[in-house]
Amino acid sequence: MKLSRYAFAAALCAAAMGFTAAKAESVVHVVIEPEPPLLMQGLAQNAPTNTIAGNIYEGLLRYNQKLEPQPSLAKSWEISDDGLTYVFHLQEGVKWHDGQPFTADDVVFSLDVFLREVHPRWRPITDNQIASVEAVDPLTVRIVLKQPFGPLMTALEVASAPMIPKHIYEGTDFRTNPANNTPIGTGPYKLQEWKKGSYIHLVRNTDYWLAGHPKIDEIYWQVIPDAAARAVAFETGTIDVLPAGSVDVYDVARLSALEGACMTTGGWEMASPIAWIAVNLREGPLSDKTFRQGLMHAIDRNFGQEVVWNGLGRVPTGPIASTTRFYDPAVNIYDFDPDKARELIAQSGYKGETIRLLKLPYGEIWDRWAEAVRQNLLDVGVNVELVSSDTAGWTQKTSDWDFDMTFNFLYQLGDPAIGVSRSYVSSNIAKGNPFGNVGGYSNPAVDALFAAASAEADEAVRQAKYSEVQKILTDELPVLWLLEMEQPTIYRCDIKDLVTTAIGVNDGFRDAWRE
Amino acid sequence: MNLIMFLLGRVAKGVVVLMAIAILNFLLIHAAPGDPAQVMAGQGGAADEELLQQLRVQYGLDKPFLTQLGIYAGSYLQFDLGFSYRQQQSVLSLIMDRLPATLLLTGSAFVISLLVGTLMGMLAARRQGHWSDGAITTVSLMFYATPLFWIALMSQIIFSLKLGWLPNVGYETIGANLSGFARMLDIGRHLILPAMTLGLFFTAVYVRMMRASMLQVAGSDFVKTARAKGLSEGVILRHHIARNAILPVVTLAGLQAGQLVGGAVLTETVFAWPGIGRLMFDALTQRDYPILLGVFFISSALVIGFNILTELVYRIVDPRIGAQG
Repeated sequence: MKLSRYAFAAALCAAAMGFTAAKAESVVHVVIEPEPPLLMQGLAQNAPTNTIAGNIYEGLLRYNQKLEPQPSLAKSWEISDDGLTYVFHLQEGVKWHDGQPFTADDVVFSLDVFLREVHPRWRPITDNQIASVEAVDPLTVRIVLKQPFGPLMTALEVASAPMIPKHIYEGTDFRTNPANNTPIGTGPYKLQEWKKGSYIHLVRNTDYWLAGHPKIDEIYWQVIPDAAARAVAFETGTIDVLPAGSVDVYDVARLSALEGACMTTGGWEMASPIAWIAVNLREGPLSDKTFRQGLMHAIDRNFGQEVVWNGLGRVPTGPIASTTRFYDPAVNIYDFDPDKARELIAQSGYKGETIRLLKLPYGEIWDRWAEAVRQNLLDVGVNVELVSSDTAGWTQKTSDWDFDMTFNFLYQLGDPAIGVSRSYVSSNIAKGNPFGNVGGYSNPAVDALFAAASAEADEAVRQAKYSEVQKILTDELPVLWLLEMEQPTIYRCDIKDLVTTAIGVNDGFRDAWRE
Repeated sequence: MNLIMFLLGRVAKGVVVLMAIAILNFLLIHAAPGDPAQVMAGQGGAADEELLQQLRVQYGLDKPFLTQLGIYAGSYLQFDLGFSYRQQQSVLSLIMDRLPATLLLTGSAFVISLLVGTLMGMLAARRQGHWSDGAITTVSLMFYATPLFWIALMSQIIFSLKLGWLPNVGYETIGANLSGFARMLDIGRHLILPAMTLGLFFTAVYVRMMRASMLQVAGSDFVKTARAKGLSEGVILRHHIARNAILPVVTLAGLQAGQLVGGAVLTETVFAWPGIGRLMFDALTQRDYPILLGVFFISSALVIGFNILTELVYRIVDPRIGAQG
């Protein structure tokens, strides 16, 4: 009797100490930071929302790491020779998480009604490019364009165009629908529980349309706000996956070298972020091209990549990332050359005006980078004053053009017509958001080239136009490109096939499995 | 009767102060740069004017400033703390979800620091000049001077990473599905590091205050008198010195108690403790005004409440205060 009581107590203690609570093989713990505001991906496209919700919702297509379209909810498609009609054939037997069937009506509702009203990246596509979206039969959708639009086939991934259930949202106020807290998608995982401030628990969708998938039973996305604590949590085994950006760059090499830890920089081809300094071109010395060329020679971008970013990333040549389509390396290259910088700056007639450089408030690394750039510019005689703010302050200052120079990084989103042109075309000079043409760059030739390249289905013609635009932009320098950012995902090596697509972890759990 | 009148007066004043604070909070928050709609849209990596306008309408930011203030004041008068559009949940339920975790953490830290701090302070004063006095003073000064986040991270590296004794983040083992006693033990294990970290700082404050206060009182005439009439040292210590020396500690404890709800942002962040402090901090960076105002309001109400309570405790510890007042 006495013995059994001891045994019971010991078992309790063991349970509490975590010895018997060994993880089942099919559970994965992933860091999520910051905590997303919502998981309803049609309404929120924050980075953390996309990371989780891309496993709950699905788009018509997904993309491999070469950005080639792959079947998702659409199993096949046909494009007419004139590039105006796209027909998508849907997967059979797809159900929403609440058991309702997914049909062509849901696709029409999503693309033509829901996303058109609320999605800032889909709206311009429907408004400007699409003539009609219609259901031919329950498993076929036809999209007719107003004019050819090359990027359409790269614009259908889950964050850009998630499929939304018509039976839940039709006729409601989309933004205040109570169902926003209980997302219903078609994806491989369902939301089981969201304990605010702690974790988001997803469980396997047992009715998933792709037989034998997903293979991992449960995913816990743990909210851990401190980067050093996240690193310790990975080392102690509490956490299995550290998505990009969740640990300091100084920790990447150390954590990747741990026993049983693997690292990949893949899975970011769709985003391919480029970091740059946006320049307010409206007045002062910065409005002079020669001065900007001087700045570009003055900034030691290799130092930024090697030291500040600990070797992650590549120095960009121009506006289009080398990891995406239509990149052309045959452009003006700006080497680190302080003498040439001084010469160009003197030539521009710079008289020592103070230039305000707005820092990006995303942590220590951006602070250090701003200091390094300031030092480079001081060395060639340019007076730079650093301006600090929090995220809301940075967003407001950048959106409303209250800066001389400001750090920023932007996603390329798979196609220059979607992710690149927005920063340089004059039609996008508008206050209110930090992702427009905030510097006020205006060049009719550039506008025309971007417009022509977008309204074209032939890849070779598009390439020629984008090559020309890259030449002009690298000569005029509307922004100072600093780094093609590389995004390391660190994970336990026994998790396989986690990163196989162009958006990596964001839709990676469909095919991932654990040894 | 005297006590009731005192209480009524304090509560009435408290309500007026609280209302003034609520209005001031609103003005201060709206004076800060930044626009919630821009923040929300900005984090999405793409935005246009139409989206910003939709968000402003949804957040109620399209209305004139005074109308917004009126809506805010009106709903607070009906004890309604509002709705966070960003999180699509009522502010009260968001706060209530987080309150238990915060109270557990700050409450434990409060009790630990008050008990250990007072006792150590008494001990140090009793043995003034002895090596143990030196040890207590030095250690407490060290913890007083060391930044909280550093202690937090070091404790994680030592106790979680190197020794493997305790978990370094969270409120409980996520995914373990424990219940009853096993769950309590599990939460307890998670509580140890954050509560110790948070408690150490205040322990140091109490030690120093109690020690200084004890030494001051020990030199008073009435203590000499007590000793002259032959009372034992133990009785003098407990009834004469400690009871008088504890008043400043009560004041400080009242202040600390007022911070029970919002005062642990740093500890909660480093240990991923799902409390109110983080809710507030996230709301601040995202300009989620309804949540911020809600947390500020509840914190202010608690500070006022604990101030009144502190004054009541004064009267119990030292009956002369009530007689004079």
